[in-house]
Amino acid sequence: MGIFSLPSLILMTSFVGFSAFALESGVTRGEAVFMTLTIWALPAKMILIGSMVSGAGMAACFLAVTLSSIRMMPMVASIVPDMRTAKTPTWLLLFLSHFVAITAWVYATQNLTKVPREARVAWFAGFGITLTLINTAIVAICYGVVAAFPPLVAGVLFFLTPVYFISSIWASARHSVVKVAFIIGVIGGPLFALIEPEFDILYAGIGGGTLAYLIDRFWFRRKIVPSSTEGEP
Amino acid sequence: MTDAWWAPYLFIALAGWIATDIWRWLGVVAGNKLKEESEALHWVRAVATALVMAVTAKLIVFPTGALSHSPMELRIGAAVIGFIAFLATGQRVIVGVIVPIAVLASGLLILGL
Repeated sequence: MGIFSLPSLILMTSFVGFSAFALESGVTRGEAVFMTLTIWALPAKMILIGSMVSGAGMAACFLAVTLSSIRMMPMVASIVPDMRTAKTPTWLLLFLSHFVAITAWVYATQNLTKVPREARVAWFAGFGITLTLINTAIVAICYGVVAAFPPLVAGVLFFLTPVYFISSIWASARHSVVKVAFIIGVIGGPLFALIEPEFDILYAGIGGGTLAYLIDRFWFRRKIVPSSTEGEP
Repeated sequence: MTDAWWAPYLFIALAGWIATDIWRWLGVVAGNKLKEESEALHWVRAVATALVMAVTAKLIVFPTGALSHSPMELRIGAAVIGFIAFLATGQRVIVGVIVPIAVLASGLLILGL
């Protein structure tokens, strides 16, 4: 089981950091635990707390959180075809989709195809639900215990997440289109943040992803029938 | 809003829980229609990857919190050196994590941040 794998351990340190952030922002222990269980994705929780602290109303908080969470849709959509069998009920997939956030998504894209198809739903349920519950427990326990890390430690912990995503997403790319989208996303994210900070992630994601698809389809796969081309890295 | 104990929980459930899960549920609905190895799935993979990498790159280039006062050149340099080391050692994820962390930590120590 991947609970003690590198990505889970990195995520757990991020949640220790989150409990410190929640305490500092005046969010109670119960609310921080509830957020971890119900929202799960770390960026969405940070944005919700940020908006609540600034005194924004319900509608403004909803909008800020929902705009930051649009990426969930293609993330979930891209793993569903690999995960389900013809008999998998939709309600089960709707329930399990709650446990998708970046770390679980990266881990699932990396490992799902190594699991026999009939066992994939159970495999994801085991991994995803355990990961959420462990981190909920971490927030419950660490709230108030860890006030704040020294700046150097906090900086290093913050840096773990992006550098982990960079190497693991590249290493797990089974399709050339993922590598093209990787490069365009890395450049497009910061670029659009300068040009159009309100909707930068959307432009970089939908625009950049579409560009990546077209480059891949009409350049890297121009002569070939899809699949059977690139091997495991 | 009332001052009842459950008021903040209701707030979180509506502005947080529903606001995120709605996209996950739409993802299931869309993903159920996608066939494996279809062109549509290739496009969805491209969009998902570009979105995640845009978020990731922004964490390095425009970080919040502890790293927001560190030099941008150090953060980008550490990430680039780490990625080169990762590619040069046969794409080992552990190398891609430890090398940039070591470069960043040494840089922060040398600069006394």
